[in-house]
Amino acid sequence: MAVVTTEASTAAGGVRSGVSIGRRLARMNWLGGTAGWLWLVIVLIPLYWIVVTSFKDQGEYFIQNPFALPADPTIANYKLVIESDFPRYFLNSVIVTAGTILPAVAISFMAAYAIVRGAGGRFLTGVNWLFLMGLAIPLQATIIPVYLLIIRMRLYDSLLAIILPSIAFAIPLSVLVLTNFIRDVPKELFESMRVDGASEWGMLRTLALPLTKPALVTVSIYNGLAVWNGFLLPLILTQSPDKRTLPLALWTFQGQYSVNVPAVLAAVVLTTLPIVILYAVGRRQLLSGLTAGFSR
Amino acid sequence: MAAPPILPANARKAPSASVGRSGAVAWMALPALAMFLLFGIVPLAGVLLLSFTQWDGLGEINPAGLSNWRSVLSDPALPHTVWVTFEIMILSWAVQTPLSLLLGTFLAGRQRYRALLAVLYFIPLLLSSTAIAITYKALLDPNFGLGPGLHLDFLTQDWLGNGNLALGVVVFVVSWQFIPFHSLIYQGGVRQIPTTMYEAASIDGAGRIRQFFSITVPQLKYTIITSSTLMVVGSLTFFDLIFVLTAGGPGDATRVLALDMYKRGFQANLMGPASMIAVLLVLLGLALALLLRRLGGSTTASQQEGA
Repeated sequence: MAVVTTEASTAAGGVRSGVSIGRRLARMNWLGGTAGWLWLVIVLIPLYWIVVTSFKDQGEYFIQNPFALPADPTIANYKLVIESDFPRYFLNSVIVTAGTILPAVAISFMAAYAIVRGAGGRFLTGVNWLFLMGLAIPLQATIIPVYLLIIRMRLYDSLLAIILPSIAFAIPLSVLVLTNFIRDVPKELFESMRVDGASEWGMLRTLALPLTKPALVTVSIYNGLAVWNGFLLPLILTQSPDKRTLPLALWTFQGQYSVNVPAVLAAVVLTTLPIVILYAVGRRQLLSGLTAGFSR
Repeated sequence: MAAPPILPANARKAPSASVGRSGAVAWMALPALAMFLLFGIVPLAGVLLLSFTQWDGLGEINPAGLSNWRSVLSDPALPHTVWVTFEIMILSWAVQTPLSLLLGTFLAGRQRYRALLAVLYFIPLLLSSTAIAITYKALLDPNFGLGPGLHLDFLTQDWLGNGNLALGVVVFVVSWQFIPFHSLIYQGGVRQIPTTMYEAASIDGAGRIRQFFSITVPQLKYTIITSSTLMVVGSLTFFDLIFVLTAGGPGDATRVLALDMYKRGFQANLMGPASMIAVLLVLLGLALALLLRRLGGSTTASQQEGA
């Protein structure tokens, strides 16, 4: 896209302005550059420290330079974390995240489709307005009635107790982003399919779904991240150790082993590692899609 | 009033499908609507109702009239909590906005190393607030943290034991976590500004800084409002970070409204007063979102064309 813009303006403005754009981009923006590199250092220092320290033993941690590589790298911290039931917490987090994202994205997609296709209808305008209002409300503030609701539904202390409100909290933003994308599908395509006798459900599946796949992935990743890292809902809606999700487990582990900083940091690494791996694989989708919903 | 509080672009585009057809698709919105009503709107109404009751979280719920409102509003600790909430909101906005703008403009350049920087910047956003809070707690420890380890006196402070320092730490950690996100929003915004505007400015002899303030910033007006709304409304929900990092302390120095709600409700088992704090949070969120929208003016046509 950058190339296109530059070439187009070069063609329009002649050689002279083309050169000046090139120079504009190439010339070091010293203020931005300084801030850019400085911020990189600020971001990387704690991350480097977490990883390095997680391979030190406790004695070494207390005496050594914090940035030095471990003289005698150990994986004992990781072993301790894994033996502290973290595989179970990991599984819980996977269940909660998948159990939230699949239904949340599916019903948000259907709602977004309805809002775009049925635009102008009173009911759908109202529904859309309701979801948009949901964006402005700090939904965590409704946690007490949610807690009451979950108790009354006899779901307290189950993974489903985390999943159901998480689905609801994911809806407003998902609908917003997905409506923006479905709107970009050319109307003529819908029209021609309709003339051929396709139902709305058929068009949703064969036309809107494939064309908005990138947006669906983006919304899934974004909500998945929020649920995977969620702390308040598990804290309030569960109780027993075997229902803990990773952030809650991390917090209790830290309370238990607060003196053993390397072990706590190994737990931080292990809870984050799956997301970092996913990020490494699908970051293009995440980075480009994440801002798409907001910079419109 | 009937307009959506944030991101108005959505509801604005002209309705094209005929009204008659909406019936055929309306049912598709029902599952999402049902879920959102049950766990979003019903609790929203519930929180208001509960604020007029007495409930310990386990037993009977009894009506209590206005007593919660009276007792909480006359609680001498409340103004401090509200003040701390605003302090953290304003300070984190004031730190994040200029830096995100600067970094976003920088990242909008097409050089490959900048793309790499964007990838690295994003990592803090992958970590849970719990993980970040735990890391900084250890990193800032006055006995075994970074300061004493490197023998740097200015880093060897009782960061979380001194009220003002703790507040500063919260703002710093929030910025560390969220500046990448807002930089990316600005990066997207800057890339939509037509290059011809900069060309014209260069020909007129405007320098880089002049261009930044007379083209980039005004062109990003709506992006700034979106980003600010997310920051401000988001700051009302900094619960997990502060809960794990300082637990509201030292004393009440970092006790924001969200934390106050949790402590009253789930630690002191006073769900009535806690619900009243929750109502305050909801009203505050709505008011701020509407205010920021008003600041943005009513027409966003130019922004939409660019998207």
